[in-house]
Amino acid sequence: MLEIDNLHCKIDGKSILKGVNLKIKKGEIHAIMGPNGSGKSTLANVISGHEDYEVTKGTIYFDNKEINELGVDERAHEGIFMSFQYPVEIPGVTVTNFIKTAINETRKSQGLDDMSSSEMLKKIREKANLLDMDSNFLSRSLNEGFSGGEKKRNEIFQMAMMEPKLAVLDETDSGLDIDALKIVANGVVKCSNDDNSVLVITHYQRLLDYIVPDKVHVIMDGKVVKSGNKDLAKKIEVVGYDWLKKSN
Amino acid sequence: MAYTEEELKKQLETKEYEYGFYTDIDSETFPVGLSEEIVVAISKKKNEPKWMTEWRLDAFKIWKGMEKPSWSNLKYKEPDYQGISYYSAPKKKPDLKSLDEVDPELIKTFNKLGISIDEQKRLSGVAMDVVVDSVSVATSFKDTLEEKGIIFCSISDAIKNHPKLVRKYIGTVIPKRDNYFAALNSAVFSDGSFCYIPKGVKCPMELSTYFRINQAGTGQFERTLLIADESSYVSYLEGCTAPSRDENQLHAAVVELIALDDAEIKYSTVQNWFPGDKDGNGGVFNFVTKRGICHDRSKISWTQVETGSAVTWKYPSCVLKGNDSIGEFYSIAVTNNFQQADTGTKMIHIGKNTKSTIISKGVSAGKSQNSYRGLVKISPMAENARNFSQCDSLLMGNECGAHTFPYIEAQNKSAQIEHEASTSKIGEDQIFYCNQRGIDTEKAIALIVNGFSKEVLNKLPMEFAVEAQKLLEISLEGSVG
Repeated sequence: MLEIDNLHCKIDGKSILKGVNLKIKKGEIHAIMGPNGSGKSTLANVISGHEDYEVTKGTIYFDNKEINELGVDERAHEGIFMSFQYPVEIPGVTVTNFIKTAINETRKSQGLDDMSSSEMLKKIREKANLLDMDSNFLSRSLNEGFSGGEKKRNEIFQMAMMEPKLAVLDETDSGLDIDALKIVANGVVKCSNDDNSVLVITHYQRLLDYIVPDKVHVIMDGKVVKSGNKDLAKKIEVVGYDWLKKSN
Repeated sequence: MAYTEEELKKQLETKEYEYGFYTDIDSETFPVGLSEEIVVAISKKKNEPKWMTEWRLDAFKIWKGMEKPSWSNLKYKEPDYQGISYYSAPKKKPDLKSLDEVDPELIKTFNKLGISIDEQKRLSGVAMDVVVDSVSVATSFKDTLEEKGIIFCSISDAIKNHPKLVRKYIGTVIPKRDNYFAALNSAVFSDGSFCYIPKGVKCPMELSTYFRINQAGTGQFERTLLIADESSYVSYLEGCTAPSRDENQLHAAVVELIALDDAEIKYSTVQNWFPGDKDGNGGVFNFVTKRGICHDRSKISWTQVETGSAVTWKYPSCVLKGNDSIGEFYSIAVTNNFQQADTGTKMIHIGKNTKSTIISKGVSAGKSQNSYRGLVKISPMAENARNFSQCDSLLMGNECGAHTFPYIEAQNKSAQIEHEASTSKIGEDQIFYCNQRGIDTEKAIALIVNGFSKEVLNKLPMEFAVEAQKLLEISLEGSVG
């Protein structure tokens, strides 16, 4: 699904990623952990195609296709979804209207007609239930006045609606209490299947209790320094990252 | 607020535009330059009664002695008033044989607005054998209106057929000497609309003058007079959402509204005159005077979407003369490239317990300048007057400007006046977020602008709102690199 080969990138002339290698197969859930400033969020942004990040070396393949040159919206059309750590507010645009536009623009890029309103309505209802959202929520302006938990839930709602091939979740657990965390994680798990993949970026192991990863990678100073199974996350929770620094 | 399934469904539907009712305004042929003789000639040509001719002549005298206004935040080359043809024939557009000969840019815009092929031909001046069947539709609507005693016709016809009404009300809200352009209009107005709603009648349909129709040469000096008698209601649409490639440089219209006791008038405008090209060449100068007077417990609501014209100078206003009367002003003004807009409203509170609301949204892009100018005046007699004003500006890029000039004059201590203003910029993070959800940059901007303008768009009649939304989208095309 996603293959990253020796990826280097800079922002404002400063090197952030210094040779990241990563391979996620269809149906797999991977987690990326690492201390602050290690390049985790940068990786999410670069996969999405954020133009502030300059890829100086290396290649990103998605579905066996190089996507280095694709724009952000084109990557989204290919099936890449990113759940934002800090989702932006768009006043006056309702959640419903926003997701409708997103879905129909994506369909347009694939040569499909707009989704019928009855189908859209059915889907919205189904996915809103999945995330325990009440219908008032759908009429509110996108993220405006949302609590931290509501914002994250809204991100996962959009993911559920858009059914991407790859979902990159950038610190989706930050700012969530344990109940909200369970709902959000449960939503992600229910959406994941043999045909899609998930990349979870997190500081803490606790999210991985609910979204159980097939693989865990530790990123430090712009490189993947250690990969393993879910036990690696548990070990980090106990002993931190220092031992990896030394062994590096 | 509970969000019902019905509302959800509505939002999901792709809305289709349906035609409103319109009457064509006949245009006539006029000579060149401006003098007393021309004014008389115009009046004569229209077979006007003597009082009307004198009224025009008086206006002309007043105009000659007036200075043109210089207080606005606008820079433009002064039109040569003697160089304008005050008798301009309906624009002689080259006779085109098929749509293939029409400017492809224009066709592209038509298609985006969803205008039918027949109408495209009509708008771009392609010769047609079949007349759009609006005439028959119009007739059946006319019967309905007549049954209720509603008069809806051109102002020329009204002067002929309903002279008492016209004479009683014309110039009462906007006197001839009100301002330079109003005086000019009073002297030379070519045509326009007249509407009278009798006592207690709720007009059963939206009335519209030249809905969408490029009104060729006649629109240069339109005059509209709308009277809602006691306890009546009317919603009136004015506008042209299709881009009009009119070469008339100067448009100076006058609109007068009279809401008698307990009456309500809703007046909506969508203005999309030619804004000039990307380099700021050409475009229409739009100098309009619009004002309504409210008697006891009546209400006038102005809603406008301004996307066109090179220069816009326009302040739809309410004189709240009656006790408990209400004035409202909802406006979106979009400027792009080199457009300039100086627009706003005046709310003059005279009666007791009068209320006014002003919601103004300005969107500036390119190198354009967008100004809100508003006056809230509370007269000494206006006990317990209340006003709420909100002026929001949205900027795109670093070369445009947004300005707010609120004037408040309160001469009664019991007045409550609130003013809120905000300025924001479309953020790169918002665009990135939209892009990440598969929405390209142009669509993202349209979405953000529509969200920003929502409070005003919601005030428009539904079919108009859909077109206005598309229009906002088109007006801002290419505004981000």
